[in-house]
Amino acid sequence: MSAAPKTRPKYYDLNLAHLPPPGLVSIFHRVSGALLFFPALPIALYILHVTLGSQEGYDRWAAFLARPAVKLIVILAAWGYAHHFFAGIRYLLLDLHIGIEKAPARASAVAVLVLGFLAALALAVCIW
Amino acid sequence: MVKRYTKTTVGAHYGTGDWLLQRLTAVVMAAYTILVLVGIVMHRSLGGYAGWKAAFSTTWLRVATMLFVASLLYHAWVGMRDILMDYIKPTAVRLTAEFAVAFVLLFYLVWTASILWGLPSNAVIGGR
Repeated sequence: MSAAPKTRPKYYDLNLAHLPPPGLVSIFHRVSGALLFFPALPIALYILHVTLGSQEGYDRWAAFLARPAVKLIVILAAWGYAHHFFAGIRYLLLDLHIGIEKAPARASAVAVLVLGFLAALALAVCIW
Repeated sequence: MVKRYTKTTVGAHYGTGDWLLQRLTAVVMAAYTILVLVGIVMHRSLGGYAGWKAAFSTTWLRVATMLFVASLLYHAWVGMRDILMDYIKPTAVRLTAEFAVAFVLLFYLVWTASILWGLPSNAVIGGR
């Protein structure tokens, strides 16, 4: 609260390819979280509302979700959810001081990225 | 232990309660996710409208889903507030955005309860 802050030089490296795996996990965790809040959450609630509401609503959504383009969106949404899930578990472990050394933290970050992708792939295989 | 609900607005430990609850809600959601996945894999399908409706007419799935959504909403509140605090610097704009998020989340809470406990929800939106 005392002296005026010095102006510091800022260098933002916004190229994701320059990030190490833990950095990628982090930014995708944030982006997936924001996208899960909007639009995924209201859409999911809306689908639950309509599909539980009536047979017609259920059939309408069953037909809609059978379209390839819609399946693709569902798979992408599942990827976001899966990544957020696995990254979240990694953060819980880090909070418990499990795997906080550089090498295991990197390894777990890679594992999170791979597991998220594999989960989406598994869903894709199941619904396609 | 941390003094959680004092009126401190700056300094250490502000937000520790939110931090902890964000993790507790994450654990609740992770458990629900695994339970639902196991349930779907065991049944090998959603069972059409009848099966879907029957599943959500059980008290335990209603309660579990309500707990999941309630956890999600609190979790999303903490996460979205973090994001807004990071990127929106003008206080008035940020507070407005935070208010909007909180309002929407409360709306989702009521909506979820009405979906799960079958108030005549078809009349609200989307029903036919």
